[in-house]
Amino acid sequence: MLFAVGLYGALVSAPPDYQQGDSYRIIFVHVPAAWLSMSVYLVMAVASGIGLIWRIKLAEVIARTSAPIGASYTFLALATGSIWGKPMWGTWWVWDARLTSELILLFLYLGFIALQSAIQDRRSAARAGAVLALVGVVNLPIIHYSVEWWNTLHQGPTITKLDAPSIHISMLVPLLVMTLAFKLHFVTALLAGARSEILEREQGTRWVATLTLK
Amino acid sequence: MNVAEFLDMGGYAAFVWPAYGIVAVALLLNLILPLKRHQRLRREIGQRTAKTAPPGP
Repeated sequence: MLFAVGLYGALVSAPPDYQQGDSYRIIFVHVPAAWLSMSVYLVMAVASGIGLIWRIKLAEVIARTSAPIGASYTFLALATGSIWGKPMWGTWWVWDARLTSELILLFLYLGFIALQSAIQDRRSAARAGAVLALVGVVNLPIIHYSVEWWNTLHQGPTITKLDAPSIHISMLVPLLVMTLAFKLHFVTALLAGARSEILEREQGTRWVATLTLK
Repeated sequence: MNVAEFLDMGGYAAFVWPAYGIVAVALLLNLILPLKRHQRLRREIGQRTAKTAPPGP
């Protein structure tokens, strides 16, 4: 299993860049980071749920490893959005529904990490964290629909609409490429982190001893 | 479009480049930190097992 994890860990993704002027170009990192911040949370919550119900160790490892990566994406979404907001909206931050709910997502991640690191035993840490992760799932639809439910400064959805996306194809393609790159980055970072997590949990077992003596 | 124009980002250079910068830093940290942790763990556990149980035949 560690072998497979190691192989995947070697597949480093370098996000391709798109070259065309102006401040809207922040979208190519802002939107993928924001999307991933939500889907990573979903991964974390589902893995937590699996770990909670079936007590599968690997699911607990995935949940625990996802959290810091997801938190960094959330931070990126907020930070790039803030940098984007300065020239476009004239302010770094507003207590807008979309921004606030994304900030809550960041706190959910941080709470999950803090809770897990506060509990020594990995298995009870995973169980406690799982409850928090599952409760926090309610925030995801709130983030997604926040731009429709409330009057907000944040622009409405441009891509995930049922009719044709209101974005030109020449911008849509690099955006999707960037999103794919972010996804690969997540998988790579997840596997790289999970590798250590498994080693740390399983130290004392024969295979870890054999491996580390090589 | 020349290099200076590209770097200028239509006047938004002060916003676009820092945004891309923090993204690059955060994405790289997400890869470098786990790799370093892995190396450290392997070394530590290796040293500990070498002490307690010398490698068998």
